[in-house]
Amino acid sequence: MLYREAGQFKTSYSADQQIFPILQDRYGYWVILAIFGVLVPMLASEYWLKAILIPVLIFSLAAIGLNILTGYAGQLSLGSAAFMAVGAFGAYNFMLRIDGLPFLVALILGGLAAAAVGVLFGLPSLRIKGFYLAVATLAAQFFIVWVLVKFPWFSNNASSGVITAQDVVILGYHFDGPQAKYVLTLGVVAALALAAKNLVRTATGRAWMAVRDMDVAAEVIGIRPMRAKLVAFAVSSFYCGVAGALYAYTYLGTVEPEGFNLDLSFKILFMIIIGGVGSIMGSFLGAAFIVLLPILLDNVVPAIFGNALGAGFASNLQLIVFGGLIIFFLIVEPHGLARLWQIGKEKLRLWPFPH
Amino acid sequence: MQFFFEVLIGGLLSGVLYSLVALGFVLIYKASGVFNFAQGAMVFFAALTFVGFQEVLPGWLGLETGSAVVFWLAFVLALASMVVLGLLTERVVLRPLVNQPHITLFMATIGLTFLVEGIAQGIWGANVRGLELGIVDEPIEWLMDRSGILVSKFDLFAAAAAGVLVTSLALFFQYTRIGRALRAVADDHQAALSIGIPLQHIWGIVWGVAGFVALVAGMIWGARNGVQFALTFTALKALPVLILGGFTSVPGAIVGGLIIGASEKLAEVYIGPMVGGGIESWFPYMLALAFLLVRPEGLFGERHIDRV
Repeated sequence: MLYREAGQFKTSYSADQQIFPILQDRYGYWVILAIFGVLVPMLASEYWLKAILIPVLIFSLAAIGLNILTGYAGQLSLGSAAFMAVGAFGAYNFMLRIDGLPFLVALILGGLAAAAVGVLFGLPSLRIKGFYLAVATLAAQFFIVWVLVKFPWFSNNASSGVITAQDVVILGYHFDGPQAKYVLTLGVVAALALAAKNLVRTATGRAWMAVRDMDVAAEVIGIRPMRAKLVAFAVSSFYCGVAGALYAYTYLGTVEPEGFNLDLSFKILFMIIIGGVGSIMGSFLGAAFIVLLPILLDNVVPAIFGNALGAGFASNLQLIVFGGLIIFFLIVEPHGLARLWQIGKEKLRLWPFPH
Repeated sequence: MQFFFEVLIGGLLSGVLYSLVALGFVLIYKASGVFNFAQGAMVFFAALTFVGFQEVLPGWLGLETGSAVVFWLAFVLALASMVVLGLLTERVVLRPLVNQPHITLFMATIGLTFLVEGIAQGIWGANVRGLELGIVDEPIEWLMDRSGILVSKFDLFAAAAAGVLVTSLALFFQYTRIGRALRAVADDHQAALSIGIPLQHIWGIVWGVAGFVALVAGMIWGARNGVQFALTFTALKALPVLILGGFTSVPGAIVGGLIIGASEKLAEVYIGPMVGGGIESWFPYMLALAFLLVRPEGLFGERHIDRV
């Protein structure tokens, strides 16, 4: 009754082509942003902000990055964590070596550094695809982490490559409390997510989807697969890079290259599988799911079974649940949580009348 | 020069272990077109199950710890578990996903990897355990006296085991009825189905055989480095082996494994010191990456990768 587009007539092309064509979606976007941007930082406890909301936002951004590459352009990557590492260490070095560089510029430069590295490791995708490419991106994963550990220049000669992020200052304001950091993260993520949502429906985004669905056909209709793939690698790595920089600056504060390991890459892959491959909304849902599930398991399992099972059991259970869920989603709902969201919206358009 | 040979032989023999893992990948890929990322986890599962049974059996049956009966009983039980695991995987994971894109199946096996690792550690615990095969890990004396090169008896045994395994698999594929059916399925699913080869039986068998290969690989790996979670990471090195050797070729898996093993050790010893060491962790992948640009189908693979 409330959520339907009846009576909303488009009288101009720009009205017809906007990102959220339905009025309720448009308001919904601002309402959600207002809730998470104003209400949540006022009400949420420090634990929620630091341990749940900030990581969910950062992982959402990384998941959007991987989703652009895997979900839209169809190139599977197992190296997203390494591109995050490039972003984190890139931003750190730009801040360190250029005096008075504004934080947001460093963030973007970190992302661009990741994009450059991403294009480099995307080059094999011009000749290979599928799991061949997955193995090629594994090379990126191991090589980048090794380089960051072995060459002390990247971490300013810190032992074993640990870096401590500088203070975040924008226009003289110090972002040091969890609230401030959360709002900053939210701002960056919201802007980039909106950009991604827009990007995937431009000519570039459509070219990605064409290449994903059938590369030969895409080439026949005049899309250059080489360009499309490399742009996808660049944009995807940029998103992962910015997510990595935020990971260092607003989430952990201190990071080491080994933290960006294969496990993290898999985690991001799981986020897009569970959230929904080829969906921006799904990236958020998947990230929230993957961050919240272990916390939920940690709290619920001891309550049911007591402490008799030991600490090792929890981590094993987590592996089993993650693995099982991946298989379950791939079989039962390949489009992930985003599809459920969509079904919900379609149901809502008819509600309360059945037809 | 002597040092060079020692490194080379050490590398080749550790390459044998990669080959054993890669073999499991190839078997399943050939027969069902599924790239089973979980093979490494299956190796871990197999080794852990074998060691686990070896530990609990004496207590259950009142047998002497470390006796031959316990060894073989544990072997049989572990093999049975692997076959059950393989059949379950085929039934629960792959059958519902038949005809899905390759990439979906690949992601499903990544999920399977986590599931299998979790179950293995959930049942047997996460401690590092030793695995005793009764072969001492010491240099062969006469070879050391003659040429001064150190070659471990254990490595040689591992190589021999791999050789026997590959030979018997080759014979099985070549001369038995089931082997013929397997090759037919590998060649063309539709054609095999139309001449009356039961596809699902064949897939069950392949997963069983892959489980057996995983058990052998797991026992040898486990005896060398202890049964521990790190095994699953080392098993990832089988992926560049596959790229080098080609996904569909058994000899390719062997040769690829040897090349990867030898080159990573040589690179570590000769190039490593120049750049700070530790290049073993990524060298095989970069080698495979470089190789992909030159020859994407691998050394022995079939030429059917579609180029864009």
